[in-house]
Amino acid sequence: MTPRDSPGPARLAFLHFRIGALNEMQYRANFFIQMVNSMIALGTALVAIALVYGHTDDLGGWTQPELLAVMGVHILVGGLVRTFVQPNMNRLMEDVAQGTLDYALTRPADSQLLVSVREISIWQLTDVIVGTVVVVWSVVTVSGRVGIYATLGFVVAITCGAIIIYSIWLIATTSAFKVVRIDNLVQLLNGIYEAGRWPVTVYPGWLRGTLTFVIPLAFAVTVPAEVISNRIGVIEIGWALLVTVVFVTVARLVWLWGIKNYTGASA
Amino acid sequence: MTYLLRYYRAGSRIGVLRDLQYRGSTFMYLVGFLVEPTVYLTVWTAVANAQGGTVGTYSTGELAAYYIVWTLVRVMNLAYTPYGWEWRIRGGRLNEFLSQPIHPFHRDFAFFIGSKVIWLILWVPVALLLSLTFKPTLSPNLIEIGGFAVAIWGGFAVRFVLLYLMGLVSFWTTRASALFEIIMAGELLLSGRLVPIELMPEWVQQLASWLPFKWSFQFPIEVLIGRLSPGDIVAGIGIQLLWASGLGVVLAVVWRFAIKRYAAVGG
Repeated sequence: MTPRDSPGPARLAFLHFRIGALNEMQYRANFFIQMVNSMIALGTALVAIALVYGHTDDLGGWTQPELLAVMGVHILVGGLVRTFVQPNMNRLMEDVAQGTLDYALTRPADSQLLVSVREISIWQLTDVIVGTVVVVWSVVTVSGRVGIYATLGFVVAITCGAIIIYSIWLIATTSAFKVVRIDNLVQLLNGIYEAGRWPVTVYPGWLRGTLTFVIPLAFAVTVPAEVISNRIGVIEIGWALLVTVVFVTVARLVWLWGIKNYTGASA
Repeated sequence: MTYLLRYYRAGSRIGVLRDLQYRGSTFMYLVGFLVEPTVYLTVWTAVANAQGGTVGTYSTGELAAYYIVWTLVRVMNLAYTPYGWEWRIRGGRLNEFLSQPIHPFHRDFAFFIGSKVIWLILWVPVALLLSLTFKPTLSPNLIEIGGFAVAIWGGFAVRFVLLYLMGLVSFWTTRASALFEIIMAGELLLSGRLVPIELMPEWVQQLASWLPFKWSFQFPIEVLIGRLSPGDIVAGIGIQLLWASGLGVVLAVVWRFAIKRYAAVGG
């Protein structure tokens, strides 16, 4: 490719995703295995909800069908992260440990963009499907229909949520430049993400504060669920947008700091 | 026999040293999985509070005790993940173990025994923090403390052998993830890991008593929080022994077949 028609960021990302997707398409049986895994996870989640509501009708101000929306968003955003974010971050950690990150850094495109689009696990999208079905089911049960504004707000909120979680992953993974062995980091982030399965209003103050401002699962999971079930409106979406901007900026600064101080592990 | 003892001593020392070297990483892992019981505890505390302070036969203080002891039991029953077998077999890493005259089971078992040491040290501050936050009702007598000291090892043995046995499925197929997910979901629901089994419907309690899962989670917890008589404690430890040795025999038999199936991949 000549420099003249070198692709813009969006096209570059799209091309990478396409190659990744085509690569995974070779293994079609994995789709069914992933689907089975998604169903098992969903079943377990539904049993947990049923158990809780077998003992009470109201959990922190949420009824059972309303809480399904939170669970659906949790599955949906988790699916997005496992499809687009986690595989890239795993590869980044591996590259830092092996010293092969130089191959990405020496390319003419933006390094943060490159390390964020190299991998994709499309079969994890089964969770996005399952999550969407659960959300729609919940909304239809609660209010009988899905409003157009609520849907638009939901799409905005869920995009913000996914971007926030991407930023947290990138910030955490960038620490791989300093501390090479961070395989347990994945465990940590996934562990914390599990807390988003329940609305943050259920938690005691200190934990709610952490999940709102430090690791803002409140904005990533609870807010989209609240938007789609018409519990909140435009102002909260504005807040979610603001938090997203802050996290993206911090992630960018941390990344720039990281590559500035990176010396390569292989050399 | 003395040789095996010496082997275990050396093997567990390697486990200790590995975790000590990467203590930051180990701590991250620990914090990551502590989110799980904290979430269960807060959700069930919210349910109990909504019902005037109890759920089933558990008060909020007893729930706190249950889940704080849960964290210790969880640290103790960490075992080699069945997913690890695919990695070992595909990468040809098993060859190294097989060329040694001692069964790889001993190598792994010793390693996991050793790695408890650092985990337990790291667990102490976390448990103190949880106790200050959630104020557990916990006053074990000497019999219960003694019984617990044995039962956590029994629970570890049962869980280790069970997961090891499951991992051997990887000798026949490398797509066993759906099977593992089913077993893990079964463990989550039927071991007392998600919630004390008494809070489940009657038929689930019946089912759970015929399966090994609860002997590696709920039984040791119940011993320490004082819900069992001395007779129950002794009988329970006996059942743990039966499960561990029974599954151990199955493991030994399956291993023979598995190893015949094995053709090395890689080098």
